[in-house]
This record gives sequence, C-alpha cells and structure tokens, in this order.
Amino acid sequence: MAEARLALRSRPDIVNTDLPEGFGVVAKPLGRWERLADNNVLRKTVLLAGLALAWQIYALWLDNPLLVPTFTDTAKAFFASLRSGELAAATFHSIALLLQGYALGLLFAALATAFAITTRIGADLLETLTSMFNPLPSIALLPLAMIWFGLGEGSIIFVLIHAVLWSVALNTHSGFKSVSPTWRMVGQNYGLSQIGYVTKILIPGALPSILTGLKIGWAFAWRTLIAAELVFGVSSSGGGLGWYIFQNKNLLEIPNVFAGLLTVIVFGLVVDNLVFRTLERRTVRRWGMQS
Amino acid sequence: MAEGAAAPPLLSVEGLTLQYRTRESLVTATYRVSFEVLASDRYVILGPSGCGKSTLLKAVGGYIKPVEGSIRLNGREIARPGPDRVLVFQEFDQLLPWKTVRENVLFALTASGRLKGRAASERADEYIAKVHLTKFADSYPHQLSGGMKQRVAIARGMAMEPEILLMDEPFAALDALTRGKMQEELLQLWEDTKVTLLFVTHSIPEAVRIGNRILLLSPHPGRVRAELGSAGVDSVGPDGRTLSGRIESLLFDEAPISRESAHG
Repeated sequence: MAEARLALRSRPDIVNTDLPEGFGVVAKPLGRWERLADNNVLRKTVLLAGLALAWQIYALWLDNPLLVPTFTDTAKAFFASLRSGELAAATFHSIALLLQGYALGLLFAALATAFAITTRIGADLLETLTSMFNPLPSIALLPLAMIWFGLGEGSIIFVLIHAVLWSVALNTHSGFKSVSPTWRMVGQNYGLSQIGYVTKILIPGALPSILTGLKIGWAFAWRTLIAAELVFGVSSSGGGLGWYIFQNKNLLEIPNVFAGLLTVIVFGLVVDNLVFRTLERRTVRRWGMQS
Repeated sequence: MAEGAAAPPLLSVEGLTLQYRTRESLVTATYRVSFEVLASDRYVILGPSGCGKSTLLKAVGGYIKPVEGSIRLNGREIARPGPDRVLVFQEFDQLLPWKTVRENVLFALTASGRLKGRAASERADEYIAKVHLTKFADSYPHQLSGGMKQRVAIARGMAMEPEILLMDEPFAALDALTRGKMQEELLQLWEDTKVTLLFVTHSIPEAVRIGNRILLLSPHPGRVRAELGSAGVDSVGPDGRTLSGRIESLLFDEAPISRESAHG
C-alpha cells in the first residue's frame, strides 16, 4: 500500500485561462424532418392510413364482399348511410344513451368514493363491492335488467351504470389513497377546510388515477352499449348503432355493417384523442405528474 | 427567570413524551424532552437517526398528540396543525405539482385566509424575489431543480410570516454544493426577517453553522443530552476542543450513566 502510494507520479496542476470558442450555437434547432417525426398527430395519421391501406389490399385479394368489403366500399356505405340519415340517427341514439349512462355512473361513483374516503366502513364496503361486481360483465345483468326495468332505455342505462360505476370508483379511490402524505400535511398546515382539502389537494393529487378511471369507464360503457343494443335492439323501439349493425347483417348489407363498426371506432378515436388527451395535456402532463 | 426583564419563551416544550404506532409496535420516539425557544432564535435539534427529532417537530406542528407533557406557543397549548407554525419538509414533493411557483405561495396565503387578492400576490412576489426565483415564478415544480424547489418551500413558509418556521432536514436531499449555498441563503433570509427557526438536522456542521442554540438528542428514545450555544463558526472552546468535536463526543463517545427513573 505504502509503495503503491509512493509510486504515484506527481503531476503539475492545470488551469485554463482561455476556453476554446467556436462551438457554434449551444442549442441547435431540430431539422424539419425530425420535428415532423416528433408530431404525435402526424405519426398516428400515417399509421391509420397504413392500416386502411392494408385492409384495402387484403379485401381486394380476398375478393369476397360478403365476408370483408373493401375500405373504399365501406367508406362509400358510411357516407351514403350518413346522408340518408339512417346512420346519423342510430349514432345519435346511441350517444344520447351512452352519455346518460356515463353521467349517472360518474355521479354514483362520486357518491361511493366520497362515502369511502370519509369513513372506514365506506372504504371496506367500496372495496368489497368493487371486487364483487367489477369482474361481472355488465351484459350478464341485461336479462335481469329487462325484468326489472322492462324493454326500454331504462334497462340499457342500468347496465351502463354498472359498467361505469365500478371502474371509475375503484380508480378514484385508489388515487385518493395514493395521494402523497406530504401534500396532505401541507393541506392541513395551511388550515384548509374539509371541502377545500378535497377539491384543492385530494382531487388534483389523484387526477392521474381519476383520468384513467374515466377512460376505462368510457370504453366499458361503449362496449356494453353496443352489445346491449345487439341483444336488445330487436325489441326496442328506437335503434342505436348496435341495432343498425344487427339489422344490416340480417339484410346482408355487409358494407353497412362495417360502416357501423367504423363509426364506433372513429367515435372512440375522436373522444380518446380530443377529449381525454387534451384533458391530460392540460393537467397531469403539464404538471409533470405523467410523462 | 430571576431577571424580570427576560422575555417569556416563544415556544416551550415541557416533559414531552411522544409515541407513535407502527404495524408491529408502539414506538416511544421521545421521552420527557424539555426545551425553550426564544423569539428570533435559530434553534437546531440535532441527533442521530432514531432520536425522534422529526417526530418532535411534527408534534410542534400539531400533527401528533403528546402522550405526556406539553407544547406551548406563546403560552397557548398546541392542539392541531395551523398556519402560525409552518412546516418545511425534506421531501421535494411538498410543493403541489398542479400549481406554479407563484400559485404555490399564493395558495398558502389564501387557503389560510391570511391575505387575499392583490395583497396576497404582492406578498407572494416579494418572498419569491427574496429567494431569487422571480424568473421562475410561472414555472411548475417539476421544471425546477431540487434546490429551487426547497427555496420555493421556504418562500412559501416565510410568506406566511409565521410565529415559528419548522424545518425538517430541508437540505438533506440536496447535493453538498447546493446545500452549502442554501444554508448561506437561509442565514441571509434570517438576517432580513429575524424569523424564529426550529431546524431539525442530523448533520453536525449544518447545526453549527445554522444554529445559535443546539439541542442534542440521544437516540432510542430521544432524550435531551445537552443544549449548547453556537456562534455560527466551529470555534475552539475553553477546553481546547472545537464545538463540533464536543458535539460528536457528547453524542457518540461519552455514554451518559443511564438513570432508572428520570426526573424532568
């Protein structure tokens, strides 16, 4: 050890007085292509166009419009049906039902989580109920709902509430539970009231989970609605998208079936990218709570 | 207290025993701790981990109820958290990420009902300027470095102009260079405002530099080992030892004779 230390050569200190210049700008702006490649909307549009093209090529190669119509035929059927008002009416009917069910589901979820964060028994109840009912497919409740609420919109709204309530309540509750204890202490320190504590600390602190719950609830509601309309449409007076799909299948208007499915997909894409993405960008991403 | 001119202490802690419950056991954090903090003191609580110093600070904050003893601020018993005792935490996440720097400071002022409107925003800007963050007033916390976040937390606490500012190892998670700079800035802020500080740390150099009075706690559970004065520099005392040397030997070497039953 001592020898090793002795063996270290002594070296003079180095102090630079003039640092090298001529490195250009420190932050060089990215080129046009790099910027385009960073554009989320553009990347996804290209991806969607690619998928549509693959569909078109496969349908042309298969050459059986009864099984898979081409993308262009589907698009034609979509616009024709939209112009005739049939598809628009069906879509409107579905969305109106969807929004009612979703809003009621959110209301019940809010009440359930409010009960759960204020009392321990409420939390136990919510946890037990979610583990019981969350795995239960809403559509399985439809036969029962038809007996309880009759063959009307009431039954569909009931199953929609079931689809939305548990996933939203579960996510919101777990979001509240994971709010940082430091934020809670900060809230108490500045003497927030009970309501102020919930609106100013708990809800923004749990927002990433709440948004996830809203998204999952929305997707569940869509699925349940279309499925319920498929089963139910035959006996229901007004027809929604599910009914539109079912009817056109019976008439072997396969391009129309695809147009109906396309509507569900397009609506899902639009809501996800416009509503939820915008909400995320303006809140949790801006705050650095989600990357 | 023989001289009638002596001001009454701002904060007096008497025979304080604190316990907290974990999943497995009931832990005694401090046992019959007594001390007094005068107005404008920079009072440092120093001790190794396990001496209950953070628990003690949380009790002064009003988050933990004493099992025995009392904590009085200006003669009034402390019952719950309140804006007259503002806590600055060690964690960087004490700032609310959904608020900008200015909103974080404003939030404290308005939520507590201390100020509102124009007066609140002027006060917020004044204290943000005091910690040299005016340029970052509209940034969100995640855009700031660790040291800057702690500065915002200090500005938020000081803007409240509390009776006492409670600091729980606020610089412990910072790198050494930033830490030294922050200590310097804190002393500068104290010069400006003469705010009473109760500062918890496990670093002896930090205690010597920040404090004018240092309370040494021995661990498991926390008991008062000594209370020393500090002039801000690590000077050599009459016994030929430096202050930090004395503190070190008090905390680690000269084990006190254990008393079966302690009298306050």
